Amino acid sequence: MNPGSRMPAPDPTPGAPPSTDLGIDPGTDLGTDPGTAAARTVLGEADIARALTRIAHEIVERNKGAADLLLLGIPTRGVQLARRLAERLTQIEPAFSGEYGTLDVTMYRDDLRRQPTRAVGQTVLPGSLGGTIDDKVVVLVDDVLYSGRTIRAALDALNDLGRPRVVQLAALVDRGHRELPIRADYVGKNLPTSRTERVRVRLSDVDGVADSVVISEDLTDGGAA
Amino acid sequence: MKHLLTTQGLSKDDAILLLDTSAQMAATQSRENKKLPTLRGRTVVNLFYEDSTRTRISFETAAKRLSADVINFSAKGSSVSKGESLKDTALTLHAMGADAVVVRHSASGAAHQLAHAGWLDAGVLNAGDGMHQHPTQALLDAFTIRRHLVGGVGHDGRGADTSAGADLAGLRIAIVGDVLHSRVARSNVYLLHTLGAEVTLVAPPTLVPVGVETWPCRVSYHLDETLEQWQPDAVMMLRVQRERMSGGSGSFFPSPMEYSRKFGFDARRLAVLPDHAIVMHPGPMNRGLEISAAAADHPRSVIVEQVANGVAVRMAALYLLLSGDDSAATPSTSTDERTAL
Repeated sequence: MNPGSRMPAPDPTPGAPPSTDLGIDPGTDLGTDPGTAAARTVLGEADIARALTRIAHEIVERNKGAADLLLLGIPTRGVQLARRLAERLTQIEPAFSGEYGTLDVTMYRDDLRRQPTRAVGQTVLPGSLGGTIDDKVVVLVDDVLYSGRTIRAALDALNDLGRPRVVQLAALVDRGHRELPIRADYVGKNLPTSRTERVRVRLSDVDGVADSVVISEDLTDGGAA
Repeated sequence: MKHLLTTQGLSKDDAILLLDTSAQMAATQSRENKKLPTLRGRTVVNLFYEDSTRTRISFETAAKRLSADVINFSAKGSSVSKGESLKDTALTLHAMGADAVVVRHSASGAAHQLAHAGWLDAGVLNAGDGMHQHPTQALLDAFTIRRHLVGGVGHDGRGADTSAGADLAGLRIAIVGDVLHSRVARSNVYLLHTLGAEVTLVAPPTLVPVGVETWPCRVSYHLDETLEQWQPDAVMMLRVQRERMSGGSGSFFPSPMEYSRKFGFDARRLAVLPDHAIVMHPGPMNRGLEISAAAADHPRSVIVEQVANGVAVRMAALYLLLSGDDSAATPSTSTDERTAL
């Protein structure tokens, strides 16, 4: 736990006990106004850009440079976020290669039998590091951290690829409701949500619309995906 | 997808999904740790009523690489030799809780019967039924063709495969030899046609089946003419299935020598082809009959690679058949699921 590494959340309970760690207090009704079913934009293009810049600085600060650093994005949007982080890291640390990889976790998921069949994505390791993750500082990048099950699958996938020295996690949005003991090292925005809400990240290079993070009431399946 | 029984009627989207998934599976097979946890706790039964080496080993390898439990059943040395019917064997497998059954049988339609008779609720993969279909062989052939002729993988099998999502539009494939007895040819004709390729069957008239005019392909009786004038991008040689030629007259061609001279593939015929063309054979080969050793071992032959690709294709088929929850009626797009998680 390193509260200093996170952006101070606009949380009405800044003195939340450290045991909640992610600043999520399910008791507060922040963001769960039952009166509004309409979509609400919580982060705009500039907010996302600032959050990524800060995370890039935090990565360099925490790891004392960018040596052996390997960014791995989790498809779909984690990959684009990893690319943007890599661009920023190149500006901060000219020694950084600017490369990033992709880590597909589909075949490691624990819900394969409970969902319709998922298409398997691609895992690509950048070439400059010799195509290996052994003894690297791996930073997993994902868009939304929720139950933590995707990250568990990612850790298993990493295990089959090699043995990194350290694994860290960067997420653009942490919406709480963890189901596993998993914690992000770098968070763009802590977003207290209700389970009935749906958090959507839109990125220009994936979705073709301006970058945004939108919360909406989930009317389909309770959002417990 | 619940079963994979035939390539006839397989949609283009499903076929491309199978090929794309195969490409991802193939990528995992170059790792140090080739095993994936994906199908842990699922049971795959290999039910083989006919002899087979590469198909059975390929399915067994594929299932094990995905962490499924594999039970091998061959008719020899089992209750089948005591007279047990396919139905009773199926009920036994059902009682043992098989999740998928890979079946090879000498009777055309056996896989379809097994899938649709209500004896089993497992997914059924057809690994060859009589003279009917062998869908995973056609898929691995299409995968090999796509890797080489669309994806730009060199003849040494190295280089990045850039063919994800692509079909085989415009490619010309010649399928040469014993079409009459070949389930490989039938499966390939339909799959390659679905993927947009043009297919010409080349065989002596005695080895062309009745009704071939309804297939989506052309038929030629002259190998040299086809190679020179049509310039195929890939030549797929078929095995002369002598074990199926014993009945009746038993003579579909005058002599092996004459067959080899008119329909055998050798270095001379290879030289007629365009430079990028590849030579394929589903195996096992009769060297010296339908293909000469020089052609089989030539750098442009991809016969060994076909075997390696077979494992990836069968992993993809098992994954797509076994991973999803067919009972779930919640239509949700995968991107939204991912965003929410």
